[in-house]
Amino acid sequence: MPRRTSDRRPPTAHRSPPTARRSPQGNRITAHPILTFAPGTEVEFSFEDEALRGIEGEPIAAALVAGGVKVFRVTEKMHRPRSFFCAVGKCSSCLMEVDGKPNVMVCMEPLKAGMKVRRQVGRGKLE
Amino acid sequence: MAVGSPDHSVTRPLDHLTTASLVIVGGGPAGLSAAIAAAQLGVAPLLIDDNPALGGQLIKQTHKFFGSRSLYCGTRGMDIARILCQQLSATSARLVLNATAVGLYPGRVLAVVQPDRLLKLKAERIVFATGAAENTIAFPNNDLPGVYGAGAVQTMMNVYGVRPGRRVLMVGAGNIGLIVSYQLIQAGIEVACVIDVLPAIGGYHVHAAKLARLGVPILPSHTVVEALGVEFVEGAVVAEVDRAFKVRPRTRRVLEVDTICLAVGLSPLTELLVQADCRMVYVPELGGNVAWHDAQMQTSVPGVYVAGDLSGIEEASTAMLEGRLAGAAAAESVKGSSAESRVIIEQAQAELGCIRKGPFGEKAACGKGKLAACAGANTNT
Repeated sequence: MPRRTSDRRPPTAHRSPPTARRSPQGNRITAHPILTFAPGTEVEFSFEDEALRGIEGEPIAAALVAGGVKVFRVTEKMHRPRSFFCAVGKCSSCLMEVDGKPNVMVCMEPLKAGMKVRRQVGRGKLE
Repeated sequence: MAVGSPDHSVTRPLDHLTTASLVIVGGGPAGLSAAIAAAQLGVAPLLIDDNPALGGQLIKQTHKFFGSRSLYCGTRGMDIARILCQQLSATSARLVLNATAVGLYPGRVLAVVQPDRLLKLKAERIVFATGAAENTIAFPNNDLPGVYGAGAVQTMMNVYGVRPGRRVLMVGAGNIGLIVSYQLIQAGIEVACVIDVLPAIGGYHVHAAKLARLGVPILPSHTVVEALGVEFVEGAVVAEVDRAFKVRPRTRRVLEVDTICLAVGLSPLTELLVQADCRMVYVPELGGNVAWHDAQMQTSVPGVYVAGDLSGIEEASTAMLEGRLAGAAAAESVKGSSAESRVIIEQAQAELGCIRKGPFGEKAACGKGKLAACAGANTNT
């Protein structure tokens, strides 16, 4: 039975959800009745200093979903966890810190080898 | 799917202003169709889109479309995108991809952001075909990771081949909710049930029947009461509603799901139209605020046209027709009317009329009728 948590209590922020420990490719679709997905070039990147693998050029958000990452950022005041919502660059729900740059819309930003992706806390800061 | 190569002639330094007789903003079914029609009539448009490839939301539509042959019935949406891109690549249209139009300035100058530069496009005429954004609804914890737009889930699974969840509650039994539910199952994701607050299924019977055959319950007069979970969705509480949409007592139950998909409608993306000073009208049947437009898709601002979902939420077929109409009308305003342009405009108008006369076109017909009844004069307050 899932926990009932309708109160606005902030979550214990930053703890990685258990699903994040799943194998990096655990959420990739391998068989589909209509679609075939080109294999692409696998590259390594980091999420919160942990190594993950994704497909070069796919949106960072897709690589994170494939790796089982659910919480993309934490809001400024209520410390609410957030993920993507629209996945097509319209809603700004998925803003993360990429290579030190805050407010990167990861549903649109293509993944490159060696990227350092971090959960954004609040509005993000420029170094 | 990308056609042609990026147009370097418009990627000059910041102080340079590129002039174009026709700019089309958005490369989905409406924008592509507008570009093809205009180019066929001898007006080469500049087409800009914020994605790396054209096709808009067609690229994630794995189902076959209905309608007439001129609208590619029996063809999957993603293949329609490919066909339109091929047609476009045979024309002299210029493309600027990975480019987001972020503002419209006096003198009809569009500010367009690319990853590493800002472009300034002075457009004599503009067709806006920016589409729509997914709606959300209010319930406790609706901001938790795991609450996603149905279209977002469709993008993740059909375009990028990743599964954003294991077991889904689909909220909304219109066509998007029904179609995406079926596609979730095709992607190996379980659908716990489809609910809709209305007392009847809103989408086509054929889509609902496919789900019913797979044993997916479709529950009309049901709503999502809250999402459960701390860091992400771990369940959902649903309940039955009465005719006044109030939750019936003792009907709450918990579904063990990790994803709540919202297929609760779309809102037109009209920010640039407001900046263009187009007269906006609130029409609930069209999804909210839309630009007033005439029968050839011209807004209250001469030279500014609209096509597709941003001119009123409908479907890809009508978006293609409106695109043809807007593209041809914009081309006419450049080169004057010709027998060829008249054919495109009159055929598109006739087909739109036909679709909107059908049972599923009623809502849009009503909305477009309300718009037509408004005066076009620019009376923004």
